[in-house]
Amino acid sequence: MQLSKREFSMNAPVTLARGEAPTTAATIKVRAEKVNVHYGDKQALQDVSVAIPERGVMAFIGPSGCGKTTFLRCINRMNDVIPIAKVTGRILIDGQDIYDRKLDVVELRARVGMVFQKPNPFPKSIFENVAYGPRIHGLAKSKTELEGIVASSLRRAGLFEEVKDRLHDPGTGLSGGQQQRLCIARAIAVEPEIILMDEPCSALDPIATARIEELIDELKADYTIVIVTHNMQQAARVSQRTAFFHLGSLVEEAPTEVIFNNPKDQRTQDYITGRFG
Amino acid sequence: MTATDFEAPRGPRPRAARRTGARYRREALFKVVGLLATLVGLVALAALLFDLAVHGLPRLSWDFFFNFPSRFAARAGILSAWVGSLLVILVTATVAVPLGVAAAIYLEEYARRNFFTNIIEINVSNLAGVPSIIYGLLALGLFVYTFGTGRSIFTAGLTLALLILPIVIVATREAIRAVPQALREGALALGATKWQVTRDHVLPAALPGVLTGVIIGVSRALGETAPLITIGALTFIAFLPTPPISTEPPFISFQWLWDSFTVLPIQAFNWVSRPGVDFHANAAAAGLVLLVLTLGLNAGAIYLRYRLRKKLQW
Repeated sequence: MQLSKREFSMNAPVTLARGEAPTTAATIKVRAEKVNVHYGDKQALQDVSVAIPERGVMAFIGPSGCGKTTFLRCINRMNDVIPIAKVTGRILIDGQDIYDRKLDVVELRARVGMVFQKPNPFPKSIFENVAYGPRIHGLAKSKTELEGIVASSLRRAGLFEEVKDRLHDPGTGLSGGQQQRLCIARAIAVEPEIILMDEPCSALDPIATARIEELIDELKADYTIVIVTHNMQQAARVSQRTAFFHLGSLVEEAPTEVIFNNPKDQRTQDYITGRFG
Repeated sequence: MTATDFEAPRGPRPRAARRTGARYRREALFKVVGLLATLVGLVALAALLFDLAVHGLPRLSWDFFFNFPSRFAARAGILSAWVGSLLVILVTATVAVPLGVAAAIYLEEYARRNFFTNIIEINVSNLAGVPSIIYGLLALGLFVYTFGTGRSIFTAGLTLALLILPIVIVATREAIRAVPQALREGALALGATKWQVTRDHVLPAALPGVLTGVIIGVSRALGETAPLITIGALTFIAFLPTPPISTEPPFISFQWLWDSFTVLPIQAFNWVSRPGVDFHANAAAAGLVLLVLTLGLNAGAIYLRYRLRKKLQW
């Protein structure tokens, strides 16, 4: 099942301006209830409950090993790949439990795209990288339509102008920042509703990072974006809401301005002021 | 080379540097030992090649390739042997490659890690070390007597397929394991099924390694003698198998699968065991052909791997 852009626009538009707290009218896209994750005997996440509003950017911050990436990977059930991972609790997307036995994981991942920490383009051409998703989901009926999807996805990812003359060159030949934008284009091409980003800039230089952040800012008008980041300035720059994780628990979740200026919890205060982490 | 080649710095020496003279000497010694160890293998191979070439080269001619074996050494050729080798290998590869690759994919991508898969894993690796005569005995009992496939090309192909199956499986698994997990996750995150990930990303990335394994397996099979003698390959055969293509409908025939056969190493073995220097020259020539064929296959494997790897990069 694919939601088209038209169906999106029928929902009440909730555009979150920077720093503005979401109104109660903001639709909740993802709701997690008491999510626990165990890797074998080791508990990685403990009773995480959070509501992620539709269209906007939520940042997950916290020291290494605090569970933020683990939680991110629950939202598209990427933890299924790890045999010893066991997820309990509920995660609802548009009210539907994604850990329901009847749920089709393939369909879920088409709705929830992901961008990884290290750019991982396929060892194929730029065109094939973007065309792969639409192709496996049968989104294009003709070659022309597929080419249209590829071009518009690359354009949305801000990469088209740089690569339009070499679409058939290998995607792995691009620079790190370009590769990461290619991965974003690849995710967008499937028309997801949610995009998960796992430290998407940690392998990039400051200029490439700025490009990605600009892109996130543009994309938040249409997509629900969840970004894991180690960089607190980045969280402050791109997100409207921020969640602070520590030792496998969600310590505090609030509008980004509140987290950075007036956190309730002492641990959050210590972390953002650089006392640990 | 003496220790004076490595001049020690003057002045008071730190404690850690006091015995550097002896350490350098040992390093120099190891270089020599290592070089010798490498040369022993190379020299032996070169001597073998030289010997084969000296005895065999004069016998190589078109006639040698297109004559059947004969009572007269000068008229004898390897036609039935190389055709037999080719057909047996064809059957072997047709059976072993799909089976081996499928088994490797299953073990690496699908099977859960548990007691049974561990047992299978250990046994597959062990099978690669089982003496080939054992496979011959197994094939004789199973294929020839139980299934009644006869002393045919088909039986020989199946036997060698069993023999190289572990090689293909192990090589394919290694190749699959070398594919970065990030590639799989990238495709899975787009909503690809496990099979799509395997077919579209893992297998293409693993292809160079798989091909190498297949070719190493095939060149191993090409040189095997013992299991084929066990199942009853003929040592003297003066006819060719039924042609696979005929002028009458249905035009394609698989009758050749059931024909009796010989292969290059058996032909060489047969000639070596005869009295008379002339036949020994024939054996050397047949050996030379076999060696060139095997080395050629290996060279092909290296070239293919190089070409495919150049296209793949991450």
